[in-house]
Amino acid sequence: MIAQPILLLSLNSICFKASGKQLIKELSYQFKVGPRSIIIGPNGAGKSLLLKLCHRLLEPSQGHIQWHVEAENKSNTAFHQAMVFQRPVMLRRTVSANVEYALSLRGINKAQRRARTEEVLGLTGLNHLARFSARVLSFGEQQKLALARAWALRPKVLFLDEPTASLDPTATYEIEKVINAIHDSGTQIIMTTHDLPQAQRLADEVLFIHRGRLLESGPATTFFAGPTNQFAQAFLKGDLLMWDRPETKMLGD
Amino acid sequence: MNVFFDAISLLISADNDLLMIVGLSLWVSLVAVLVATLIGMPLGAATALYKFPGRKVLVVILNALMGLPPVVVGLLVYMLLSRSGPFGVLGLLFSPTAMIIAQTILVIPIIAALSRQIIDDLWVEYAEQLISLGASPTRRMMTLLWDGRFSLLTAVLAGFGRATAEVGAVMIVGGNIDHATRVMTTSITLEVSRGNLALALGLGIVLITLSLSINAAAFLVKEAAENRQV
Amino acid sequence: MTQSLKFIVFFLTPLIVTLTTPSQATSAEYITLASTTSTRDTGLLSSILPIFTKGSGIRVRVVAVGTGQAIKIAKNGDADVLLVHDKKSEHSFVSDGYGVKRYDVMHNDFVVVGPVKDPAAIAGMKDVVKAFGKIAHNKSIFLSRGDDSGTNKKEYSLWHAGGIDTTKASGDWYRETGSGMGATLNMASAMNGYSLADRGTWLAFKNRKKLKILLEGDTRLLNPYGVILVNPKRHPHVKAAAGKKLIDWLISKEGQSAISAFKISGEQLFKGSLKQKLTLTR
Repeated sequence: MIAQPILLLSLNSICFKASGKQLIKELSYQFKVGPRSIIIGPNGAGKSLLLKLCHRLLEPSQGHIQWHVEAENKSNTAFHQAMVFQRPVMLRRTVSANVEYALSLRGINKAQRRARTEEVLGLTGLNHLARFSARVLSFGEQQKLALARAWALRPKVLFLDEPTASLDPTATYEIEKVINAIHDSGTQIIMTTHDLPQAQRLADEVLFIHRGRLLESGPATTFFAGPTNQFAQAFLKGDLLMWDRPETKMLGD
Repeated sequence: MNVFFDAISLLISADNDLLMIVGLSLWVSLVAVLVATLIGMPLGAATALYKFPGRKVLVVILNALMGLPPVVVGLLVYMLLSRSGPFGVLGLLFSPTAMIIAQTILVIPIIAALSRQIIDDLWVEYAEQLISLGASPTRRMMTLLWDGRFSLLTAVLAGFGRATAEVGAVMIVGGNIDHATRVMTTSITLEVSRGNLALALGLGIVLITLSLSINAAAFLVKEAAENRQV
Repeated sequence: MTQSLKFIVFFLTPLIVTLTTPSQATSAEYITLASTTSTRDTGLLSSILPIFTKGSGIRVRVVAVGTGQAIKIAKNGDADVLLVHDKKSEHSFVSDGYGVKRYDVMHNDFVVVGPVKDPAAIAGMKDVVKAFGKIAHNKSIFLSRGDDSGTNKKEYSLWHAGGIDTTKASGDWYRETGSGMGATLNMASAMNGYSLADRGTWLAFKNRKKLKILLEGDTRLLNPYGVILVNPKRHPHVKAAAGKKLIDWLISKEGQSAISAFKISGEQLFKGSLKQKLTLTR
């Protein structure tokens, strides 16, 4: 790294509590412009929560989140972001209407909406399904449409929450291709997964989270070569699947 | 069984009077349901989506009012519209308008309570996505109403069923006046009191057939639209 | 189509269509007549009122309920003309200032109907009060209107004349239906009970089964109808001129003969009261 990295988003010791449980604890991190950041960790570690906090779907109970990118519309930084969820939410309309709906919320005019919709459907290979009802698509196609819908918004950052969690290998491969294409088009990817091989395929940098704490972070190559944290080591070996299992507790905190 | 055949032969010889009664029934109930939809649906959706003081109380009240007794509503509207009541100057008692008002009051809680449930369920599914896309609260409500349109149709049909089937309220505020406020249910009551059971049953068959056809038509529209591929 | 446009089309089109469709209510001049179920259920009003409408151009909307309720509707000012059959309440309606003047218009009579088997053995009796006494003594089922109607009030006065307290028997052999004449007759024929009915409703009634007339002709069973214009001094919106026209027509020669000409299966139901001595139909 010769050039000074540009800051994107700072998390300053954020905490999140729900029904008395401390789910995110004193978490600080600085996302930089450029790398694909993959958040990994066992189920229940707080990965999805962290994404939702970054995306402002939830507010931290302590600490604060700071965006460093210039907003075109300063009143709403959310306009620079988009998110794709683990289970795609398809509006009860056609495939192209799903994309156009998202664009209409950003106040984009009709001609542009049409053009952009056609463009992203082409890029994701959904053109032939444009006039089908979105809810009759296969699960993999629906997830692709969710990506296309987010991509059409041309966000600076795209949050992806376990986008391939319930897909077969072929569909997973297709989705990863689209994710890479989105990254190449200049959109920053911040994504969670519990699928280690996928993390190895996609990650430029890795954040390892366990029990709501950020235990290790760094370039993907360094992390996968040999993590220093004992939980991260256990996770890579496949010994740390559920954070509340008795054997993981024996490792201490 | 003879009564049954008599009833059917009476229907085949349907005259203008019968057509007028059927027409007025449909007109009163349709307008009442439309007005109730325009009030009840946004009310139900707002109760589902927005947090405001007294929201839970409103939900309980709406659910309870689904079982509002028609005669009580009839009496209430009668007292309001009577020449001796607060809105007497309008001279609306014993008119189709009075019947529409009474049925609207009966139907609003049904449409509002069912809409609230439908929108509530849909919101659970859509909430994060719509907030993520940056939809304003008004836009969220519009989107949910539009995406829930086929389920909401069921709520409207339930309201329509209630409106066409009730007799207590329209009898009191309409007065069952021949060629003015006589509808299907009040005609049935009248024919029963005349001991004309065949004609009463015949009218009952018309009412049931009408309600079946409307529900079947709505079901087909819903099926066709939901399975639309292109 | 944009979404909001679709939204408007889906939700508003039906409303616009229905609201622009003309209502069936006619704009011609009309008056509201509060009357009893007996005048409507027999078909009398739908037989004679078109003659009046043809001559005057005034439509008459009939709200047919029990006499008690009809008087209340008129007192509230929700009707223009009142046509009922309970002389006592009619006179107090006028003397209390709610009505202008009461006119005798027509009369028929009440009959005691009951099961063909006649368990209280009243068939052929001439004294209705004694017959009621036998029904009470025998504890035979008796269906009362119990709705404060003219027929109901007449029936109370007959029990009272015989010194019988029906309140104790209520729910036992004495059953108060709280419904109109027709509904009460339906119940009498289903339960094989006795009842007091006006002759008109009885003649027009189709569901008699094993019921028949067991007693008639007692002068105490006379049933006179009166017609009253609701007082415009009390309710200024009352269509006094048109209402007066209806009353004038009802007591005119033409109206009276129309009433007398109304028949069901050859039987005359009502007799015009004007310039005639009150006589029984039989």
